[in-house]
Amino acid sequence: MTHERKAVALISGGLDSMLAAKVVMDQGVHVEGINFFTGFCVEGHTHAIRKHDTDKPKRNNALWVAEQLGIKLHIIDVIEEYKQVVLNPKHGYGANLNPCLDCKGFMVGKAHDWMQQHDFDFIITGEVVGQRPMSQRRDTMPVVARESGAGERLLRPLCAKLLPETLPEQEGWVRREQLLSFNGRTRKPQIALAAQFGFADFAQPAGGCCFLTNEQYSVKLSDLWQSRGKRDYELDDIMLLKVGRHLRPRPHFKLIIPREEGESRYLEGYRRQFTYLQAFAQNGPIVLLDGTADEGDLLLAARITARYCQGRDAAEVSVRITTTDGAARIVAVVPLPTDEIHSEWLL
Amino acid sequence: MSLHTLDARRLLCPLPVIRVQDCVKGLSAGDTLEVTCTDPGVRYDIPSWCRINGHHVLETREHEGEIIIIIQVGSNS
Repeated sequence: MTHERKAVALISGGLDSMLAAKVVMDQGVHVEGINFFTGFCVEGHTHAIRKHDTDKPKRNNALWVAEQLGIKLHIIDVIEEYKQVVLNPKHGYGANLNPCLDCKGFMVGKAHDWMQQHDFDFIITGEVVGQRPMSQRRDTMPVVARESGAGERLLRPLCAKLLPETLPEQEGWVRREQLLSFNGRTRKPQIALAAQFGFADFAQPAGGCCFLTNEQYSVKLSDLWQSRGKRDYELDDIMLLKVGRHLRPRPHFKLIIPREEGESRYLEGYRRQFTYLQAFAQNGPIVLLDGTADEGDLLLAARITARYCQGRDAAEVSVRITTTDGAARIVAVVPLPTDEIHSEWLL
Repeated sequence: MSLHTLDARRLLCPLPVIRVQDCVKGLSAGDTLEVTCTDPGVRYDIPSWCRINGHHVLETREHEGEIIIIIQVGSNS
């Protein structure tokens, strides 16, 4: 009786990893999915926070992919361990604060650990040669295999024919001739294969699945490090960077101003951790103050808060300022005119 | 068979799913887990996670902005 081989597939929720897993499943291999939560994932959170997305199903695409494939999915919290990847990437950053090569090596390494702990035989990724400028190049793909420790147990089914044979191919666990030779940034082969498999409604995030590839997000993260004088973060820090407008009118404090009701509701959960401001009589969003503020700073923050409430055109607006100890007071301020909100304040 | 509770309020997906996953690892088949969440995404994600892992959602209800989901642990957990 032939021993059933088992593979763990990195499932991002996008099309490529879905196809890669399916190609190997169709060769009779038992596949289970693994998905890593770094805190920077675009997946889920922004949909959950922002109300305007209510027309779209608030699904987690990795779970959806696993369900379409009929496989188990193990979601692993790597928030703490991942900090070293973001803060000290051995191979540096891409166009923004995206440490893609270190990230891929980290995730394949974690999958390799999981594979060994659960007695699986090899790892599958949806990587394609030439698809990404940093982590998916012919010269960097061997780096991922080597530095992750996965070595020859790392199979990239979508481009395997363009790469040296891996252990699963050498041992006959999978047939190389049934693997693929996708190459470059074109998506046409993936779309065609999806159609062949009957997959529809799959996710294809235009900006990738990680906030670190986003220029605006990277600016906010750099600002966070600069303002605190150290490169570090907690989960709440990086979550809040995904929410609202961030205005830094002074080097020692910034304001987080929600853009709509969903974000406002989310920020309300942080009332005990931050000084917050809100228009007292007129409707307006809750505004979080991150940093330290003296009396003059608080009045400036109140004027900015007034600018974003329904009383923005009033001669005077009452704004409640509540500190982290729960003490509250009300100040009457003139809303800051739009032309006094300097563009360089907006992160 | 015992009843367990999990507070996943203020966590955004996939964290509630991860907390459920970690909690269920310590439970036995037939046990029930009542999880309280605030992220509306759990209405899709927790049932999806249950389906692919062989668990059953017995009840989903909402109360004052909180979503309460009761899960029965499946036999192949």
